[in-house]
Amino acid sequence: MVTLSMKLPDVGEGVTEAELVEWHVKVGDVIREDDILAAVMTDKATVEIPSVHSGRITWMAGDIGDIIAVGSDLALIETDGPAAAETSPAAEPVAAETATEESSGPTAPEPVAASPGDAASPEPESLRALPVGTAPLASPAVRASARDRDIDLYRVRGSGPAGRISLADLDEAANGRQDYGSTPRRMQRQGETKVNIVGMRRKIAERMSIANSRIPHITVVEEIDATSMEELRAKLNAARGDKPKLTILPFVVAALTKAFVDHPEMNARFDDEAGVVTRFAPAHLGIATMTEAGLVVPVLRHAEALGLFDVASEIARLSDAARQGKATRDELTGSTFTITSLGPLGAIATTPIINHPEVAILGINKMAIRPMWDGSQFVPRRMMNISASFDHRVIDGWDAAVFVQRIKSLLESPALIFVED
Amino acid sequence: MRTDQCKLLIIGAGPGGYVCGIRAGRLGVDTIVVEAAKPGGTCLNIGCIPSKALIHAADEFARARAFADENELGIRSQDAKIDLARTIAWKDGIVDRLTAGVSGLLKKAKCRFLAGRATIIDGKTVDVTTADGLVRIRTETLVIATGSAPFELPMLPFGGNVISSTEALSLDAVPARLAVVGGGYIGLEIGTAMAKLGARVTIVEAADRILPQYDAELTKPVSARLAELGVSVHLSAKAIGIAPDDEALRVATPDGETTVQADKILVTVGRRPATQNFGLEDLSLRMNGDFIEIDDRCATSMRGVYAIGDVTGEPMLAHRAMAQGNMVAEIVAGERRSWDKRAMPAVCFTDPEIVVVGDLPDRVPGAKVTSFPFGANGRALTMERSDGLLRIVSDPNSELVLGIQAVGVGASELAGEFALAIEMAATLTDIADTIHAHPTLGETVQEAALKGLGRNLHI
Repeated sequence: MVTLSMKLPDVGEGVTEAELVEWHVKVGDVIREDDILAAVMTDKATVEIPSVHSGRITWMAGDIGDIIAVGSDLALIETDGPAAAETSPAAEPVAAETATEESSGPTAPEPVAASPGDAASPEPESLRALPVGTAPLASPAVRASARDRDIDLYRVRGSGPAGRISLADLDEAANGRQDYGSTPRRMQRQGETKVNIVGMRRKIAERMSIANSRIPHITVVEEIDATSMEELRAKLNAARGDKPKLTILPFVVAALTKAFVDHPEMNARFDDEAGVVTRFAPAHLGIATMTEAGLVVPVLRHAEALGLFDVASEIARLSDAARQGKATRDELTGSTFTITSLGPLGAIATTPIINHPEVAILGINKMAIRPMWDGSQFVPRRMMNISASFDHRVIDGWDAAVFVQRIKSLLESPALIFVED
Repeated sequence: MRTDQCKLLIIGAGPGGYVCGIRAGRLGVDTIVVEAAKPGGTCLNIGCIPSKALIHAADEFARARAFADENELGIRSQDAKIDLARTIAWKDGIVDRLTAGVSGLLKKAKCRFLAGRATIIDGKTVDVTTADGLVRIRTETLVIATGSAPFELPMLPFGGNVISSTEALSLDAVPARLAVVGGGYIGLEIGTAMAKLGARVTIVEAADRILPQYDAELTKPVSARLAELGVSVHLSAKAIGIAPDDEALRVATPDGETTVQADKILVTVGRRPATQNFGLEDLSLRMNGDFIEIDDRCATSMRGVYAIGDVTGEPMLAHRAMAQGNMVAEIVAGERRSWDKRAMPAVCFTDPEIVVVGDLPDRVPGAKVTSFPFGANGRALTMERSDGLLRIVSDPNSELVLGIQAVGVGASELAGEFALAIEMAATLTDIADTIHAHPTLGETVQEAALKGLGRNLHI
C-alpha cells in the first residue's frame, strides 16, 4: 500500500497558480482514476481536476479560497498498487484507520490516525446564532404587568439598553403614544455577518479594483428613439421560423461593429505600462452575463462577421455555458469591447466600469414608451438610453460623444446598419 | 371505600408538588396533595438537602484533619475523628425539621395533605391507598408531580454493595474504598465528600471528561481538586459489572478491562422520570421520550391534567419544579400565566462549586466572552482558595448578558445574581455600574463585566 501525491496539473498556458473553489471529495473518500477531485479557478475559467490515481484520499491541500501553485500537491491518495516512483517522501504508509481530521495548511502532511470511536461523545446540540433571540427583553415585573394589562410585548418598543422594555414603555404603549397594536414591534436589527470573498467573487473584486483605480472613466448617457428598431425587430421575429428570437442585443452588436469601422480607437486595448494602445480589426465583443457565482464576460468572437440571428444564437449559447460554469477559458478571454445590459432592470442610466484593459464599454438601459414632442404634438415613442464609459486617458470627450452619436443614429435608423457604405 | 373531592389534586409532595399546593391553597383553591413518603420529595429527604449536609460535614472534617498537620494558618488541633452515624443523625434532624416545615406550610395554606399511594383511575379520579384504607378522590384538575428516581444499570442492579445516592447519604460508616459509576454532578458531589471523609474514591466516567455537559474551562479546577484529594478518575471508561468476589467493579477502559477494588459501588448515571406503576399509562398522555409532554402552561395533552417537575424533562432541578408548581397553581386559580423564564441556574456542589446560568460560550458562536480569575479576588484568597474563574457571555452588539458561569469556592451563592441579571435583561454596563460590596466573591461578576467593556480594574 503506497501513498501517491496528486499534483495540481497545468490548467492553462501561462497559469502558475489557481484558486481552490470546490472540493468534490473529502479525506477518507475512496476514489477512482478520473473522478473529479476539485475545481480550481484561474484568471477566467473554472477547471475541474480529475484524479490520476485510484485509492483513498488521506490529505487535501487546503480550504476553499486557498491559492495552490501549479505542480504542488493537491491531494494525497493511498493506493493498493505497488510502490511507484511518484511516492511522496513525506507520506509514510498509514495504518488501516484513515484520517478523519482535515489537515489544513500547506505543510507536508502526516497522516493522522483517528481516535478510537467513543460512544460517549455528546450529541451535537443546535447552536444559537447571534443576533440573539427575538424574545422581547423585559424584566419579570414588566412581563407580569404586560400580562395583566393584556399588552403584547412583541408590539412594544423598548427604549432601554439593548432594546429593553420598561414600565414607562408599557404606559406609552397602553396610552397610544407608541404605535402599539397597529404593527408588530419593529425590532432593532443587531449583528453583522462576515462573508469571505473567495473564488469568482474575489476575481471580480480584483478586476473591478484594477479597472476603477487605473482607468479615469468618462461616461456619456444618450437617449435613443428605438421605435424603428423595435418595429423591424417585431417583423423579423414574426417571420423568424425556427431561428432564435431576436433581442435588441444583436442590433446593438451590429451597430457597434459598423461604428468601429469609423472609430477603430474604441475597439482597442490599452497597455498602460507599455504605453501602447492596440486597435483590433476583429470585433470580439464581451457580453457581461450574470451567473449565480457572479459576473462573467463570455466573448462573442468576430461579431463583425455574424448576422443578426447568428449573433442571437451565439449569445444564447455563450450565456448558457457561462451560467452552467461550462464556458471554456477561450470563451472567456480575448474581448476587445464589452456590452453590459440589465434588460428590464436596466435603469435610466448607469456608469459602466470598463473591462480592463479595454478602452470602452456600452451599457444598455431600460426601454419605455415615453411622450415625445414631434414639433406639433406629443407622440408615444419607444425610448431607450445607452450609457457608455470610455478610458479618458486615450479617448477624449469629443471622440466619445461622436461615437455615441454614431451609435444613436445607427440604432434610430437601423436600415443604416445594413446599408453598405 | 371513602370518597372525597377537591378542585385540585396534586400527586407528589416534592418541591414541585408542595409549592403548587401551598400557592393553590393560598389562592383559595380546594387542594389535596397526595404523597406516599414524607413531604419534601427527593430534594428534602434523599437529595439536595441531605447531600449538602454531608458535604458540609465532610468539609468540616477535612479542615479539622488538615489542622492536625503543620499549616499556613498556624492552627493546630488533635487528631480529628468522625462518627458518621452521628453525622447522619444530625442530617436526619435537619431533614425532619424541613419536612415538618413543609407540612406546616401546607396546613397553614389550607392545603390538605394525604399520606398514601395514588393510583390514577382517570383524568378526574384518583384512588389513594392510605393507612386507613382506600380513598377515592374526584378532582377537577390533576397535577402529576411524581418526580424521578435514580437510573439503574442492568449490569449493576441496586442492592448489596451497589448503592444509589439514597443509600450513600445514609451510610453509618465511611466505606474504605468507594467506586462511583458516573462522573456527573451527583457522583462528583458524593464522591468528593466521601473522599474528604477518608474513603479511597475512584470515579468511572464513560465520557472523556467529568461533567461532560460543561466545557473544560469550568471543569478543570474540579479535576485538579479531585487529584489533590487523591480521587482517581477513569475517563472513557465503562462499568461492566461486579467481579465474582463482590469486592471489585469491572471496568472497560480504552486500554482494556481492569478492576476497581470497592467496598461500596455508588451508581449515579442519571435519573429517570417516575411515570410508571400508578396508572399514568392509562391516561395515554402524549409523551416526549420518557417524559410527559407539556406546553408552556405545563398542560399535558389531556384537558385538566398538568405535569410539573422531573416528569416533564430536563433539566431535573428542584427550582424548576417549584417555579412550574407555582405557575400551575395560579393557572388553576384562574390567572393567566405561561412559562416565560429566561434563566435556569444549575449548581454543582463539587469542590470547587460550579454555577451555570444561560448560554455557554460554545452555544453562541460570535458571542463576547470575558472571564475574571478568582485568584485576583481578595475574598477568595482570604478563604485560601485561588482556583476558579467567573465568566460572562454577552452579545457583542447590544452588550446583553446571555450567560454567566463560575467555578470557584462559594460560587453557588452567586447563582442568584447571575439569574437576576439574565432575567432582568441586564447588559454588561448594568452589572459594571452596580456597586458590588468589597471584599466579596461577587466582585468577580462586576470585574468580568468591566473587563468586557474594556474598563478592567483589577486585571
